[in-house]
Amino acid sequence: MAHIPDGLLSAPVLIGGGLLAAGGVALGLRWLDERMIPRTALLAAAFFAGSLVAVPVGPSSVHLLLAGLMGVMLGPATFLAVLVALLLQTLLFGFGGLTTLGVNTVNIALPGVLCGMALGPVIRSTPRASLRFAAGAAAGALAVLGTGGMVALVLWLSSSDFAPAARVVIATYLPLALVEAFVTGAVVSFLARVQPEALRPVTS
Amino acid sequence: MKTDAAATGDLRLRLVGAFVLIACLSQLHRLPVALAALGVVVLAVAVSRPPAKLWRRLLHVEGFLLLLFATLPFTLPGQPLFALGPLTASVEGVARAALIAAKVSASALVLVGLLGAVEPARLGGALRGLHVPETLVRLFVLTARYLALIRDEARRLLEAMRVRGFRPGSNRHSWRSYGHLVGMLLVRALARAQRVEEAMLCRGYEGRFPRLALPPPTRRDWAGVTAALAFGLALTLADRL
Repeated sequence: MAHIPDGLLSAPVLIGGGLLAAGGVALGLRWLDERMIPRTALLAAAFFAGSLVAVPVGPSSVHLLLAGLMGVMLGPATFLAVLVALLLQTLLFGFGGLTTLGVNTVNIALPGVLCGMALGPVIRSTPRASLRFAAGAAAGALAVLGTGGMVALVLWLSSSDFAPAARVVIATYLPLALVEAFVTGAVVSFLARVQPEALRPVTS
Repeated sequence: MKTDAAATGDLRLRLVGAFVLIACLSQLHRLPVALAALGVVVLAVAVSRPPAKLWRRLLHVEGFLLLLFATLPFTLPGQPLFALGPLTASVEGVARAALIAAKVSASALVLVGLLGAVEPARLGGALRGLHVPETLVRLFVLTARYLALIRDEARRLLEAMRVRGFRPGSNRHSWRSYGHLVGMLLVRALARAQRVEEAMLCRGYEGRFPRLALPPPTRRDWAGVTAALAFGLALTLADRL
């Protein structure tokens, strides 16, 4: 859904995306403790597996992005998890691209990290289940909309000829945002009941 | 170019070659050059006879790519080509859509031809050889190792849901059920991470995996990467001159 293939974007956008992604990855690496590598790797695999499940919406179906949830559970390490997942996806399934790896990483991880920073504290500390569900839903939906906006933005920045398509692209993300809101809210409520410490990015 | 690309060979050079070639392909501006490039790549991949499942990957087209193909012919001003009701397609628009289609397909084919048959386990060593940070390499190797396992777990959980009469639909109940599925996957992944870490420590893990030095690239590897780079350079020159 959010995997822009090779051959579409202009060089400045690709380079800019690559630099931003490198910054995010450096942040994640600085933040990640050696001992958290297995936890991060296994969660990355679980998020990847979760995003491969097709969820029906109306006549069609969507694949979840789960970036908002990653932001809550992994913090800045989301950049690492997304980069690894995208590289695997490119090499194993041929989706996405090599030159667009940086742009795609930023498009997915940055909104997720921001949502995790903004809504994670509420999700972890509130005693009210309804508020927790709402915050989780907001994190899920906002991360998807952020990704949609960034995909449209990089298309528009690459060539003004893409502008009409870029405007429609945002609309295609609305059903996913709806589904992702309910699913993320449910996941957050589930984890709060079953294993609340999973919602904290740092666990040792 | 990639006719000699068996599943052996030096992965570091192959990654670099694929990256540079795709970067050159993705920046082409002229339709004839892009079509010629696509032709050469198709021939080269066909000669190397990849398994049929690799060809099938090309059928996957991103949604917004379809959107671009649908809008570009009608939104780009230029000489009218044909009319579809109130919409008029321009020659420039159709040419632009064809250019993008050629570049995207050629890039995807290079990816399939050069890296389609690579096992992720071997990639760890190659990434390390290219000076990717150690932490990132370890994450990559572990994620690649456990992805298939966790996908299996997801499949079993879904099967169990279906056996209990779950019929997916577009309603809150279904979405909550999928939320529980993802939550369960995450809980199990965390438990598995704990076990994996303990097992690693039991076997004397000291913060790094023992590594085998990669053999130096053979002359054939160098020839392959040189051919890929030369092809990329030739395309860029043909495009700009």
